[in-house]
Amino acid sequence: MQKITRETLIEKANELLSSGKVNRVLGWKKGEFSYDVTPAVFTDVEQMKKDFVFDDFSGANFSKYLIKETRKEDAKVLVFLKPCDTYSFNQLLTEHRFDREKVYVVGIPCDGMIDISKIKEFAGDGVVSVNTDSDNIKVDTLYDGVKEIAKDKILLERCVNCKSKKHVAYDELIGEEGEILDGNRFDEVAKLESMTADERFEFWQNELSRCIRCNACRDVCPACTCEKCVFGNPNSGVENKSPANSFEEQMFHIIRAFHVAGRCTDCGECSRVCPQNIPLHLLNRKFIKDINEFYGDYQAGEEVGLRAPLVNYTKEDLEPSEAVNREEK
Amino acid sequence: MQVNEYKPKIVAFCCNWCSYAGADLAGSNRLSYPAEVKVIRVPCSCRVNPMFILRAFQRGADGVILCGCHPGDCHYTSGNYYTRRRMALLFSMLDYLGIEKERTRVEWVSAAEGAKFAATMNDFVKTITELGENKRLEDLRCKK
Amino acid sequence: MQRIGVFVCWCGSNIAGTVDVQKVAEALRNEPGVVHSANYQYMCSQAGQELIKDAIKEHKLTGIVVCSCSPRMHEATFRKTAQAAGLNPYMVEIANIREQCSWIHKDMAEGTEKAIVLGRTAIAKVNLNAPLTPGESPVTKRALVIGGGIAGIQTALDIADAGFYVDIVEKKPTIGGKMAQLDKTFPTLDCAACILTPKMVDVAQHERIRIFSYSEVEEVKGFVGNFDVKIKKKARFVKEDVCTGCGLCTEKCPQKKVPNEFNLGMDNRRAIYIPFAQAVPKVATIDADYCTMLKTGKCGVCSKVCTAKAIDYTQKDEIIEEKYGAIVAATGFNPISMDKFDEFAYNQSKDVITSLEFERLMNAAGPTAGKLLRPSDGVHPHKIVFVQCVGSRCSSCAEKGKEYCSKICCMYTAKHAMLTRDKYPDTDVTVFYIDVRTPGKQFDEFYRRAVEEYGVHYIKGMVGKVSPEGNKLIVQGSDLLDNKQLKIEADLVVLAAAIEPDKSARPLATMLTASMDTNDFFTEAHPKLRPVESPTAGIFLSGACQGPRDIPETVAQAGAAAAKVIGLLSKDKLTGNPCVAHSDEMMCNGCSSCERVCPYGAITYADKEFRGPNRTTLIRRVAQVNEAICQGCGCCTVACPSGAMDLKGFASKQIMAEVDAICK
Repeated sequence: MQKITRETLIEKANELLSSGKVNRVLGWKKGEFSYDVTPAVFTDVEQMKKDFVFDDFSGANFSKYLIKETRKEDAKVLVFLKPCDTYSFNQLLTEHRFDREKVYVVGIPCDGMIDISKIKEFAGDGVVSVNTDSDNIKVDTLYDGVKEIAKDKILLERCVNCKSKKHVAYDELIGEEGEILDGNRFDEVAKLESMTADERFEFWQNELSRCIRCNACRDVCPACTCEKCVFGNPNSGVENKSPANSFEEQMFHIIRAFHVAGRCTDCGECSRVCPQNIPLHLLNRKFIKDINEFYGDYQAGEEVGLRAPLVNYTKEDLEPSEAVNREEK
Repeated sequence: MQVNEYKPKIVAFCCNWCSYAGADLAGSNRLSYPAEVKVIRVPCSCRVNPMFILRAFQRGADGVILCGCHPGDCHYTSGNYYTRRRMALLFSMLDYLGIEKERTRVEWVSAAEGAKFAATMNDFVKTITELGENKRLEDLRCKK
Repeated sequence: MQRIGVFVCWCGSNIAGTVDVQKVAEALRNEPGVVHSANYQYMCSQAGQELIKDAIKEHKLTGIVVCSCSPRMHEATFRKTAQAAGLNPYMVEIANIREQCSWIHKDMAEGTEKAIVLGRTAIAKVNLNAPLTPGESPVTKRALVIGGGIAGIQTALDIADAGFYVDIVEKKPTIGGKMAQLDKTFPTLDCAACILTPKMVDVAQHERIRIFSYSEVEEVKGFVGNFDVKIKKKARFVKEDVCTGCGLCTEKCPQKKVPNEFNLGMDNRRAIYIPFAQAVPKVATIDADYCTMLKTGKCGVCSKVCTAKAIDYTQKDEIIEEKYGAIVAATGFNPISMDKFDEFAYNQSKDVITSLEFERLMNAAGPTAGKLLRPSDGVHPHKIVFVQCVGSRCSSCAEKGKEYCSKICCMYTAKHAMLTRDKYPDTDVTVFYIDVRTPGKQFDEFYRRAVEEYGVHYIKGMVGKVSPEGNKLIVQGSDLLDNKQLKIEADLVVLAAAIEPDKSARPLATMLTASMDTNDFFTEAHPKLRPVESPTAGIFLSGACQGPRDIPETVAQAGAAAAKVIGLLSKDKLTGNPCVAHSDEMMCNGCSSCERVCPYGAITYADKEFRGPNRTTLIRRVAQVNEAICQGCGCCTVACPSGAMDLKGFASKQIMAEVDAICK
């Protein structure tokens, strides 16, 4: 696949900015370290030439940011979307979360983004910079010099199990269009399902007990776009600022997973940003797998206007008791 | 009689039109079931937010049962169809997290099924009593 | 903080027998918010109610909990009591300590303990109750009936006779519907036109009925008592109020080759036409698809011959806007298409016809002036085979047929067979059937007469194939009772095609937010107890749009729907149930989840202005609940991801408080 460079995207943004088609650009910029790439809004091309970044750390899904950006005065927003991001984009449109007219989508190809935690695991402490120019990634470390590793060894989990290289929404495409993939993304869920209840409980106890309730998963999630989150709403019965409300504390992840069930596109942002490396996507994927098995295949965001499985039904749906007793049937 | 006999805490959500009336009928016919069962009346089973069920568990309930009109007989035509989907997914998720799947149940009880209501509750209480106290669901974050 | 009064009822010994009411009252006195606690033998008695009223006044109570029998029994009673003492009736909660406590437990200690928990739970809820006031909305005293067949006609007449205004919208140029096409009716064999057309005239002459013929409903907004409807009156290029219906134009029009839909295409009509002699309104209509004048600008014959000067080639579609208090769907049915039933050779041979076509062939006003002649060559048929259940009860052929029983076919086939034998004793008639279903007054007797008096051959079995050979039709079928294969040489084959709802019903249901089943029949609010009402308030169902039915049933249901409409329109104001959903606009995402699960179409969206950061305003899409339509099921509250939607009287916080109280 032809690699799309930072310059190509700046050139495209310049063209659209100067024609007046857009007046702001959602892009990535460098953080404290080279691998700390964060979302940013640019309003002129000089700014972009200085700060804009596009590399294998540009994983952030911008769909959610469109809600806020399109609300700004006279906003016409250019957004670069990778194939998987476009699913979130469509899902948000389905939920009427922003005005499609105010957005210009440039679809960009993606051959997978890198998981910095995997690099750190591989290279140890003191990662100074990461050179991602070729498929052999060069990691410069403070103590051990440059180390090399193949890119496919350090991809983000969601990229290892990439569900689509095809954009489901765009105004313009840069680069070659790919295909919807038939990945193995449910394998891990199936593995957990095959364990005993005790083993599963132990697994989740191990994972979830690390949670520090930083809310990063919620804040990054493109399905969690509520004007006011239930965890901040005094009438919901789960809100409390301090950890005094043990209900909120203790049930957070399952409430969140249920809230996005049927709306989650499996973009994997929750797991990407979790500072504790909790595999949160395994909760959402369980719902997706169940929905597919119970009610027929459903991919949130595949098209705008799809009726989500939880606001739908058939008279022949399976009973809850059948849902939990499938193996024994 | 043992002094410290284990008595589970059980919350039963009942829709106003069918199951709550079914519970009343069980009472009218003097069909007994254990006093551990406490009913909360809701207009329709579809009013029951999964959060209510989690809340009950977190506050120490040992079992939660949700009763509504039989599918196709919902007073509001379609409420229980949505309930069925929500609970199928919720229960499956709880099971996935390693929580005993017997602790949650959905049962369709019509206004005429007083006997079914009592039998269902007797059976549910028996199941929960055998399972014992709910430990795992009190803290889903599973703090050790 | 609430000031709550607790009232524990003994119900004689019904409660007091297994529950220590004294102890319950004492225990509940210490619950948060409780300022008064009492017990009494019969709370629902006059004296008991006085006791409550006095306490409300004396202790300035803001809420009460009555520990008594089921709320399904006396909630309404105690609400009235509270109201009489000046307390909002929705500040009352009932703890059910009889049906769900004393009656099912035998042990006093156990019963008492549970009663205390139930009381505590009700107190926890009432602490979070808020006064509720039912909304009121006015009622527009005019009804809309959609469809002008026998169902719509009867409904309109009954409503108008009761003194209310009614409009009928009919998409065809005339009212009358399917019944106008029928020849005789079972089981009395009186002629359909003779009993229908006087009713059509009644409609036309009724001072309170307006007919919008050649019109369709374009848009429906609003809710029960207050519908705003747009009706599209299609251009018929004839001034309705000027045309005298003399019919001269329909004789002179040079365009003679237009398939006549009233006779199901078995003969032709002109481009300007009146569907049939007794049409109401009796006004000509120009078929724009065929009119030479409208297509090429050259002709104008009808205009020249019209002495009334009624022709207007420039007429345009017109939109009429009207307000209604109630809407009746009476969109009727159609036979299903026979295109996919290749085995019966419907498309290969003109002599394979449907039962409705047979009606026209037998009808004195039909294409053959009532003589039974084969469509292909005009020869009198001597051997006729009727096939029942074509596309009905067909679970294996869902792609072309219907799973349900079309209900009317057994009877009309018996009628056809009998009429044929009666008029043409030289014609041999065979009927293939799966079952003969004749429940109904005089129905089975009718069918027996066809067999026993008229000598119709009934064969239990299905026809597998009909193949045209020369001027004959070879019918291959099986006789299940004799267990043999049959081959019959027939002159005419009549297919009893399944019936299905009219195609206009589905888009109409969407406009009305009325629900439908998978077969596109309208769903009733309750299959047994509310069969003529849609779950959507203010929408009523008349006739075959709700399910297959014959004429007497249709007329009965039409009258029942009219009675429901009259009941609604005779109210000046509608009082709602205050326990309805409510959306907090500040939290609503406008995502449409709630709207999608609402069975009543009570939720709409509006773009509202909000204050944004830095003194900007921003416009957000937010859900709004129409309290007059909402029935308070609460499904939307769970579908709502943000928790913006809540249910008054059963708020999330209240239910959580109940959960907490039980689990304490």
